Amino acid sequence: MSFFECKKITKKFGGLTAVSELCFEVEKGKIFGIIGPNGSGKTTVFNMVSRFFPLTDGEIYFKGKRIDQLPAHKICDIGIGRTFQVVKPLRRLTVRENIMAGAFLRTGNIGQARHKAEEIIDFCGLQKFTNIEAKSLPIPLRKRLEIARALATDPELLLLDETCAGLNPKESEAAIALIRRIRDTGVTIIIIEHIMKVMMGISDKILAINFGKEIAMGKPQEVANHPEVIKAYLGDAYA
Amino acid sequence: MTKRNLLMTIAFILVAVLIPVFIKAPYQMHILILVIIWAIIGTSWNLLGGYAGQVSFGHAAFFGVGAYAAGLLTFHYGISPWWGMLLGPVAAAVVSLPIGVICFRLRGPYFALAMLALGEIFRIVFLNIEAVTNGAKGILIMPEITSKMIYYYIALGALGLTLAVTYLIVNSKIGYYLVSIREDQDAATSLGIPTTLYKNLALIPSAFFTGLAGAFYTNYVAFIDPNIVFNLTNVSVMVILVVMLGGVATTWGPTVGAGIYILLGEVFRTTLGSANVLIFGVLVCVIILFVPNGIVGELSMLKQLVSRRKASVSGGI
Amino acid sequence: MELFGQTVICGILLGGMYSLIAIGMTLIMGVMKIINLAHGALVMVGMYVTYLCFTYLGIDPYIGMFIAMPVLFFIGCLIQKYMINRLVEVESILPENQVLLTVGIMLVLTEGIRVFFKSDYRSVITTYSSNTVFVGDMSINVAMLIGFFFAMLFTSLLHLFLTKTDLGKSIRATSQDRDAAVYMGVNSSKITMITFGIGSALAAAGGSLLLPLFYLFPDIGHLFTAKAFIITILGGMGSTMGAAIGGMILGIAESLGATYISMGYKDVVGLVIFILVLLFLPGGFRSLVKR
Repeated sequence: MSFFECKKITKKFGGLTAVSELCFEVEKGKIFGIIGPNGSGKTTVFNMVSRFFPLTDGEIYFKGKRIDQLPAHKICDIGIGRTFQVVKPLRRLTVRENIMAGAFLRTGNIGQARHKAEEIIDFCGLQKFTNIEAKSLPIPLRKRLEIARALATDPELLLLDETCAGLNPKESEAAIALIRRIRDTGVTIIIIEHIMKVMMGISDKILAINFGKEIAMGKPQEVANHPEVIKAYLGDAYA
Repeated sequence: MTKRNLLMTIAFILVAVLIPVFIKAPYQMHILILVIIWAIIGTSWNLLGGYAGQVSFGHAAFFGVGAYAAGLLTFHYGISPWWGMLLGPVAAAVVSLPIGVICFRLRGPYFALAMLALGEIFRIVFLNIEAVTNGAKGILIMPEITSKMIYYYIALGALGLTLAVTYLIVNSKIGYYLVSIREDQDAATSLGIPTTLYKNLALIPSAFFTGLAGAFYTNYVAFIDPNIVFNLTNVSVMVILVVMLGGVATTWGPTVGAGIYILLGEVFRTTLGSANVLIFGVLVCVIILFVPNGIVGELSMLKQLVSRRKASVSGGI
Repeated sequence: MELFGQTVICGILLGGMYSLIAIGMTLIMGVMKIINLAHGALVMVGMYVTYLCFTYLGIDPYIGMFIAMPVLFFIGCLIQKYMINRLVEVESILPENQVLLTVGIMLVLTEGIRVFFKSDYRSVITTYSSNTVFVGDMSINVAMLIGFFFAMLFTSLLHLFLTKTDLGKSIRATSQDRDAAVYMGVNSSKITMITFGIGSALAAAGGSLLLPLFYLFPDIGHLFTAKAFIITILGGMGSTMGAAIGGMILGIAESLGATYISMGYKDVVGLVIFILVLLFLPGGFRSLVKR
């Protein structure tokens, strides 16, 4: 039994097939990367896993239990947290309150939630911004807050959607360092990215998709050199 | 609760309790009682609309159900309408259950519209089932109490209860969840918040206390008809204006808003005659364009602005 | 059977005129993504303009309509430019403050009219307003027939305008994707202003056509706001054809409801349809529901 497994998941929007019969497994404690050009169906995979919309076909298993029938809010409850590509901060709440909103999943007590939030603020290096409203944070910090908030729900599996997109190299490095630290605490991570460089460095295994279909899967180096992947990224001439 | 808030609350309670010692004229007492009724409705609406962000254009339904629960007890069974103060809020809360199931399937402006339609349906139905409600002729009751002071203290008690319960809800896990839902429903879902359940947890107390205000209204005014208590403009829309004027998503905002709204309304009515509603409409537009989060809301924003400046200074060192 | 036939035909004719009002609303909703609760008040103001032309200048309502339309176009442009457009700059906790602003505008229009005309019921009686024509055994009001004819004429003209002219195409483009339209060089604040103007002018036209059939008083606006909403939701937001068909459905449902259920519950029929459609047929307005 694998930790997390998708079996032939498919999503159709009307006539358009966004994701087609995708299969993959994720091992506990590893970082699993999904790459692909824009519009290749990466975020759709996340939305299917986190039940933001129903699957057209296929099955998803987490720790041996089938989860593709659960309501969306249950997904977080069973231990799968997520972030959004277009960040969704709780705009008029402070950084601490944002994280507390996540922490309340595991406690009903305000003091405990606050304590948990403080821990996570330290872990993510957001100390300077504790009492600032989320709407006045710059984008890199909003992305960091998004991760912090998801961490507050004590996930065993974390889905990160384009955490490094739009960041400069220095910010990007900091984000990667944070992701590594999260992995070191034992959290399994699935990360979506279309920047190859980021993925190569941190992923244990990579799935490359285009037009919703698998084009390659394996160790980062194998995937990066796969002709189909090069074709998808750079065009026919380079393949 | 911070120390300053606590002091302000105690001061407020003292003033509210002592007012009847100084003001004895029935007219002034009447105005104060109206302020309290609106403060109750506004505080209830604010829980659902301000904190949870579910803007209801149909709160007249709950107000009317509460009012009729009290009125019908007397009309049909001869039971004292004061029992309606128990039955009314319960009836309104019960009515809110199916309404929540129906309307929370919709988001944003469409929720607002569905609530508007439901409120109107209640009005028309209550107008038409004459055998039960006496239709447009309304219900007249004989008040048992004539002293305005007693009504004042009862209303004040109801407002105190409403404020206390709302305060407790808002400052608990539920409150954090409600605001999260308002700020971003998708993010809230991703944090494991069952959004529909929590919206209902805001709607039920909101309906309950609006129903309480309705039941008190029947006892106090002693006459109700569907066009008064289920009125779209004069109840459903007015409560939103009261909250917007006073302060969206603040503890005291609706009470402040109710005070200003009733007093201004009286001033306009006595000085402007038939043009008073026109001026009121102009005021509505001005509020929305210039102080959209209400007087109390904008105050705390100003404070935050100042404290943020301090924070950034210390952050710089 | 005659009763049924007559009821349905009355419903269709009346629905045609309602749909003209609803098309104005759907246009505004589609382009600006706002809910305009002042729409009925604009209809009412248009009716008063036509009424004034008739009583004081002796102009027939069907001609007075062509005075009311430009007047309302102008008022609509002003409202959009100086009030609704300004809301973009206001930071509010509740996104629905836009709906409330239109409530405020509705109050100002309604009460402004009341200051001048009081709450009296007024009506326009022309030489032909009580005439009827007979189709078989069914009698049909002439004013309804003329009104329906004009409503269909305006609907077709609007359709031509939206599909054939540059301005019309810009409006449709803004309605589909405002950002994209702006990137393509569309001046969105001008477009929204003109759209609000056209929407208001159509409201005035619909109101003028209904003037011979309804008593006129300041609060009649609420009635039309409700009807226009139901139709817009029925037809799918932003769709002209949808609104035309939605208008007929509401007209027929109302007329059948009034004939066969009871006059008192007539309006409940519309409201119940409204909620059911909102819940179960969210096709046309998904964009707003899932913002």
